Amino acid sequence: MTTRLRSFPDVLLSVENISLSFGGVKALTDISFDIAKGEIRAIIGPNGAGKSSMLNCINGFYHPQQGAITYKGVRRSQMKPHEAAEQGIARTFQNIALFRGMSTLDNIMTGRNLRMKTGLFWQALHIGPAQREEIEHRKAVERIIDFLEIQHIRKAPVGQLPYGLQKRVELGRALAAEPELLLLDEPMAGMNIEEKQDMCRFILDVNDEFGTTICLIEHDMGVVMDISDRVVVLDYGKKIGDGVPDEVRGNEAVVAAYLGVSH
Amino acid sequence: MLYREAGQFKTTYVADQQIFPILQDRIFVLAVIVAAFLAVPMFASPYLYTEILIPFLILSLAAIGLNILVGYCGQVSLGTGGFMAVGAYAAYNLWLRVPELNNLIVVFLFGGLMAAAVGILFGIPSLRIKGFYLAVATLASQFFLDWLFARVKWLTNYTPSGSVAVGNLSVFGWKIETPADRYLLILGLVVVATVVAKNLVRGHIGRSWMAIRDMDIAAEIVGFRPLRTKLTAFAVSSFFIGVAGAMWAFLRLGAWEPLAFDINRSFQILFMVIIGGLGSLLGSFLGAAFIVLMPILLNQLPGWFGIRMSTALLSHLEFMVFGAMIVFFLIVEPHGLARLWAVAKEKLRLWPFPH
Repeated sequence: MTTRLRSFPDVLLSVENISLSFGGVKALTDISFDIAKGEIRAIIGPNGAGKSSMLNCINGFYHPQQGAITYKGVRRSQMKPHEAAEQGIARTFQNIALFRGMSTLDNIMTGRNLRMKTGLFWQALHIGPAQREEIEHRKAVERIIDFLEIQHIRKAPVGQLPYGLQKRVELGRALAAEPELLLLDEPMAGMNIEEKQDMCRFILDVNDEFGTTICLIEHDMGVVMDISDRVVVLDYGKKIGDGVPDEVRGNEAVVAAYLGVSH
Repeated sequence: MLYREAGQFKTTYVADQQIFPILQDRIFVLAVIVAAFLAVPMFASPYLYTEILIPFLILSLAAIGLNILVGYCGQVSLGTGGFMAVGAYAAYNLWLRVPELNNLIVVFLFGGLMAAAVGILFGIPSLRIKGFYLAVATLASQFFLDWLFARVKWLTNYTPSGSVAVGNLSVFGWKIETPADRYLLILGLVVVATVVAKNLVRGHIGRSWMAIRDMDIAAEIVGFRPLRTKLTAFAVSSFFIGVAGAMWAFLRLGAWEPLAFDINRSFQILFMVIIGGLGSLLGSFLGAAFIVLMPILLNQLPGWFGIRMSTALLSHLEFMVFGAMIVFFLIVEPHGLARLWAVAKEKLRLWPFPH
């Protein structure tokens, strides 16, 4: 696949001068970039560059000491994780963060919790509105299960699934929220070639079919250069490069810091 | 051979989401319930009612309540006895002060609601503290409530030593007098409460509890609000425990003092939940059965075989064997009796051709 050249006029989220430190350790220093509506944006960088910290700032898990994040035209310096979820930001984690005691189906159903409104009374009776709501969301979840090709593990407890499938279930849980912005933290870490191909296909399909904006962290350069529209490069908490894959590939600072100097 | 889902295809989500998806399970559970309502009253003696069936059912309900909090939401609590006391004394005060009401269902619901309110209050620290530390915080609630019912005389109607009694009970005109009446009332309430608990844990509220239990950070990022979710669990759990406390006071004891709901009661219910199986409603019943019935069984067993021994020796033996059995079951299956049952069912699906 060749590098995709698409243009995106609208900015969905922009990060302005974000700085985050833990005690004396500066995880992020004065980072600014934006994510356009509908694009696939990659964040790359060596280990410890601050990539995951950046995602954690975006979805409200970390609160940066300086700077602001503008999302859908609203500028704020911090928000709570559930507020981010309510605003349409969903994410997956580097170390799988599934609910291990629950089935695949229940895990993905939790992704729709913000849309489930029936109160304690109807839930206790499980008739009428509660049952209708459960069925309606079950249908939506079944579409995601079909899309991710995990029908056979629908009722299996996720704790017993192999790693690659757990990653897929976690993606399913994020998709169930029908997010506008999907943050993927190393979606392909530790996968073999076929699993990576599957995951790439899912990511591209999500982006094409649902128009979901995706921001992903990934170490596999082949994947990043192939599927992303624009790439931002971090090193030691500083931004050292930003642009379409070809620009980043040619950027000397990036090559020196990360891709390695060619001999 | 007898037990298989083969050929039972689900064509609607309603059919797929029912509580017992396998036909044999549905028949079995229905048979047990029918037998409990119709067959048991035909042969049961007052002893069987008062010493075995009634304690078993009421403590099962308390165990279901605690299981919602500990097993489903992952918040350890040692305040069960206190919450049962709140249910009992709230119900007592409504029964005492509004005598024209005299309907046990309303009285019990009131006890449950008051316990839920107190549960929410003592659940607030759970936002900040977790695990063993939360257990200690709920322990404080146990001691506070013990103190409250011993010291605030209005709650016990100024009786000396806080001992209160109830009588002349009825439900919608049905006079609750004999042990059989009490048993049927309790059975009906426990069946309804179990269905309600099952509905809650299989819906989105139950999923929010389990999400908080399994990984609270991820739960928050998916969009659950930790405080609201935990307080809902505290409220629902305390409601069931409060109703169980009111039933224990009104229908098991009849006359009681605050000591009936001391810390030992909390431990007893927690052991039921742990031995029965965390996060399983069936486990609550199995755990209650084990804790209530096993000591009685052990006590009677030598007599049935014609072995004579002194009562002191018998009671020491009872403690030793009972303790050993708890350890044995937890080593065989750390996830409790409910998991043991699930494994047995899984084996039964393939029996007699295990390959």
